[in-house]
Amino acid sequence: MKDKYKLKLLTLLMVLLSIANVLWGSLDIPVGDVWQILCGNEVEGHPAWSIIVLQGRVPQMLTALLTGTALGTCGLLLQTAFRNPLAGPSILGIDSGANLGVAIVLLLLGGTASIGNLALGGHLLVVVAAMVGALAIMALLMILSRLLRSQVMLLITGVIISYVTGSIIQLLNYSATEQGVHSFVIWGMGNFASVGIERLPVFCALSCLGLLLALLLIKPLDALLLGDRYAENLGIRIGRVRQMLLLVTGLLTATTTAFCGPISFIGLAVPHLARLALGTSYHRTLMPATMLIGANLALACNLLSTLPRDGSIIPISVITPLIGAPVVLHVILKQKNN
Amino acid sequence: MISLQNLTVGYGEKAVLSDINQTLQAGQMVCLLGANGAGKSTILRTLAGFLPPLSGKVLVDGRDLNSLSVSERSKAVSVVLTERVEVPYMKVADLVGMGRSPYTGFFGTLTKEDKAIVGEAIEMVGIGNLAERTIDTLSDGERQKAFLAKALAQQTPIILLDEPTAFLDFHAKVSTLRLMLKLAHETDKTIFLSTHDVEMAIQLSDELWIVQDGNISTGTTASLTESGILERFLQDEGISFDEKELTLRIR
Repeated sequence: MKDKYKLKLLTLLMVLLSIANVLWGSLDIPVGDVWQILCGNEVEGHPAWSIIVLQGRVPQMLTALLTGTALGTCGLLLQTAFRNPLAGPSILGIDSGANLGVAIVLLLLGGTASIGNLALGGHLLVVVAAMVGALAIMALLMILSRLLRSQVMLLITGVIISYVTGSIIQLLNYSATEQGVHSFVIWGMGNFASVGIERLPVFCALSCLGLLLALLLIKPLDALLLGDRYAENLGIRIGRVRQMLLLVTGLLTATTTAFCGPISFIGLAVPHLARLALGTSYHRTLMPATMLIGANLALACNLLSTLPRDGSIIPISVITPLIGAPVVLHVILKQKNN
Repeated sequence: MISLQNLTVGYGEKAVLSDINQTLQAGQMVCLLGANGAGKSTILRTLAGFLPPLSGKVLVDGRDLNSLSVSERSKAVSVVLTERVEVPYMKVADLVGMGRSPYTGFFGTLTKEDKAIVGEAIEMVGIGNLAERTIDTLSDGERQKAFLAKALAQQTPIILLDEPTAFLDFHAKVSTLRLMLKLAHETDKTIFLSTHDVEMAIQLSDELWIVQDGNISTGTTASLTESGILERFLQDEGISFDEKELTLRIR
């Protein structure tokens, strides 16, 4: 009962933050006028406001919501799969795999087009490339996790993977056009606005698919908390579950990374916030809580990014480490004390 | 009842123990003894279905273990392993509830009936007062009992335990072994465990399996003493075995 109450509270917070994301942006539009626009009316003298609200803020709010949900879920899946509290899509180098895929497309193939105005076909190519990159790293980690006994070693491997892909991306920069490099740098800052109204349906479909598949894994994930052997003895088909985990984490990381750029720390920090909030490790309640807290955190970050009231925005990748790092430090300190 | 028929266990090409023909009776606690590397874990892993037999069969109540699906196997054999499990916020009742996984639905939600079975399992191992404690606050002995309760909640005819008395203090070792003996007799389950606590094993268990020089000898403590197998296994230049008192003495 108590958990249900908390989940309801988180849902309410999500609704409020979603509304706030539509009401406030980097441009000051009176609240009453935003409401008018949402009701389908145009504000006299300000035709651009309708476009800003309907084609800018609303898709951006939905993108932030889904990205936060997806990254949090992804972090939870990884932490359980690798039985490592510090696992997450960025620290394990999975999003750097997606980065590399995106870099290859943007820097080598689509050098003249910025991500914002790539045609849908081109954008799908970016998603597929990100997916291939993310899945490749995830598969590599799964193989290595069987060989490496130590949890720390796996994390170090992830960091090394990030360095290597970073180097390859730097090398790619040399052979890319100036514009290609520019669009890649802009993409790398992380931005919930880059999805836009045209690509929103594809983004929603892919992330919702990933999230639905994640929900199907709730029972096996609970068993995996005890380790592979115990899980198998409890009737879980480990091989199949691992394949599903690979697919779901790859899909979620690739989708968010390809559309919004690399967003660090949300995946790592959110599951811990959820555990703290609910005091449980059970995915039946932990996964919904992770999804909600992820959405709330991303929506809050998006609001913060519009703080400079002069029309410019703070990149998301600047905000998330400031919020995520203290959570991670807390986890490390708690571990040490145990 | 489990019967091992012409069973050869090992890894890949390499056989560790060959051509085993033995049976484990219901309602007994059987201790598996042997030096490190003799093949105790290999047998346990094969009986748990983690490792396929190189040849031969393991029959559980007449059914070939290896032809069972993962889900069917989870209702036939439960295990308690040596690896340490660290899960934040996991309560004893939650851990024991995991034992119901083979029977629960898609999201693993426990029914009223499941919860009753979980409560019963916790009472059977005598840690009813700890049900709401998280497992990271338990002593090693209490933790071992909680995992035993998990295995009981799984309601399998066989429970396999890999060195359940390792890491326990002396009193916890004795009470854990006594508890398993009692449970085997009361619930009519086969409890099969490996251990290095030979003195306790020979005094308490219903039957012994001794792995030595690539062979398995089985029997009660009395019959193995009579045949001299126990003496050959236990005695060396530093240790003597008192057959009457069933104790070991350091020379």
